[in-house]
Amino acid sequence: MRPEMTAASLDTAARTSAERGALARARLLRGLLPALSLALVLLAIAWLNPRAISYFGFSLMLNLAIPIALATIAQMFVIAGNELDLSIGTFVGFVGCVTATWLKDAPLIGVAILLGSIGIYALLGALIHLRNLPSIVVTLGMSFVWQGLAILVLPKPGGKAPDWLLGLMAFKPPFVPFPIIAALLIGLIVHFGLMRTSYGVILRGSGGNPAALGRAGWSLLRTKIVLFALAGLFGVLSGMALIGITTSADANIGNGYTLLAIAGVILGGGEFVGGRVSPIGAVIGALTLALAASPLLTFMHIPPDWQVAANGAILIIVLAARVLISRKER
Amino acid sequence: MTSVRSLLTKPWIWSFIGALLVWLATIAFTGGYGGGGMVTAALSLAVFTVIVGVGQMFVITLGPGNVDLSLPANIGLASAVAMKVMDGNDSMIAVGLLAALACGAAIGAANYLLIWALRIPPIIATLSASFIIQSIDISYGRGLQIKPPPGFADFANWQVLGIPVLAILTVLFTVGAAIALQRMIYGRSVLAIGQNIRAAWLAGVNVGRIRFLTYTLSGALGGIDGALLAGYFRGANVDIGNEYLLASIAVVVIGGTSVAGGKANVPGVWGAALFLVLLLTMLNTFGVSAGVRLLLTGLIIVGVITAAGGQKALR
Repeated sequence: MRPEMTAASLDTAARTSAERGALARARLLRGLLPALSLALVLLAIAWLNPRAISYFGFSLMLNLAIPIALATIAQMFVIAGNELDLSIGTFVGFVGCVTATWLKDAPLIGVAILLGSIGIYALLGALIHLRNLPSIVVTLGMSFVWQGLAILVLPKPGGKAPDWLLGLMAFKPPFVPFPIIAALLIGLIVHFGLMRTSYGVILRGSGGNPAALGRAGWSLLRTKIVLFALAGLFGVLSGMALIGITTSADANIGNGYTLLAIAGVILGGGEFVGGRVSPIGAVIGALTLALAASPLLTFMHIPPDWQVAANGAILIIVLAARVLISRKER
Repeated sequence: MTSVRSLLTKPWIWSFIGALLVWLATIAFTGGYGGGGMVTAALSLAVFTVIVGVGQMFVITLGPGNVDLSLPANIGLASAVAMKVMDGNDSMIAVGLLAALACGAAIGAANYLLIWALRIPPIIATLSASFIIQSIDISYGRGLQIKPPPGFADFANWQVLGIPVLAILTVLFTVGAAIALQRMIYGRSVLAIGQNIRAAWLAGVNVGRIRFLTYTLSGALGGIDGALLAGYFRGANVDIGNEYLLASIAVVVIGGTSVAGGKANVPGVWGAALFLVLLLTMLNTFGVSAGVRLLLTGLIIVGVITAAGGQKALR
């Protein structure tokens, strides 16, 4: 692809600048890919059912987008540190069960349990770092722990969300539906914290080049603890938001979120290694999955059996598009 | 004495010691009652974990980032395919087994196609594939509790002197897998790729082909496992493979295979599978509730990994 060195210098300069332009365009396209996928899904929905594109339609279609977005952000923090959390789904379910029981009946104990569970997440980060453990296996084991605890807290589906939470999730702001405002807020807050603060750079650096960061004197133990604690925090928020919408809980309520969250991060332009993640992209990825999984399929008259496949197919299509764009980048 | 000491340095011995301790704890609880039956049951159930565990072991040995997350969906689909092809008919057993094997191998090949064509980490590739397989399975086997032919169900449950025949066959299979791993070009290539993929490539190993074969092998073993599970439990269903995601990875790690790749251990897969199955039996014997059982299983797995620890990482 390099221009011939024997060519006239003027010609070379012209070609390189053209090449640079193409490179910049490919990068831009790659950065816009998450937003483009969302726009495509929205267009498809608008074409299939124009009435869905309304205040009421969006409130309904994006009903579950807030907990999915929060769980995706949780997973994003873990992926930023080059790890993977296979327990986030059952953790969301456990938080849901606590929210629908303890948090309503004995708020102080409920808060203590939830804070404690964030502490366990922080400890897992420390354990994974200190013992040099594969996060996949540890979190896979933890997924059983959270599921077991969820069943112990709430053996049968039921419970009830605290009234303040129900009130919050039923909030109807003027003009723009609540899920959209919430998604924007989540994306922007996390974007500011992770992409614009100096410790955010350190956190991403711990995934990008841990050796360099360690030599520069930063504690890798602490970055891992912070990343996992943040994942725990957003997992708790996700579980609470979920119960605020569904009003009651079930020990298996969050199980699908593990895979959704990973897919959301990757759809949002996150890389699997190297601390390259994008909070706003992750939120957009979560919205795309939330829209594509059920409303789009319903409008296309595809049976719900294929919901999961739709998620897989979107993931593959977006990754394929990314490969095509990356080829241009070379 | 020296032989005992050299035995203790083997990485796989600890999983067998763990299994033995769990078994002793359980018969101590029952006062010696049912100890033999427990071993029979444990052998029958461990077989299914060992078969997928060996496939997962070859995949994980390929090096950091290699893991097959599509096994549960694969097992589910293959069990439905096998039962539909057999259609309750004893004369179709072999055809059904072949269909399950082909279905699993196709899934494995598709996994590698995604990894190769999209240049994405195997975790994401096998994950997206499992989404799609799951849907195919739900839509293909929906509403049908498909029964295996009586001959196949009897074969899957057949015991000779308290030893399940399936377990004997699986022992033979694992001996074959160990020979393939340590003594054949294929296995040595897998180990070489896991140790240093670039060095292996420079040494003339056809990296692409070996990785393709390994994912296909893992898929095919998942397929055959699905068919056998449907025979043993006398019916296929969508969730039949769910527990084998954790189990297949856990037995590999507990059994002394390096998660960083390049170092594999076949006997350890057996020890770890027996350990896991006996652990569940023990918790059931103690009469704990489902919640406590899940909680303890998770804690023990995290504990064992922490104790074994020390190497890096699956990705």
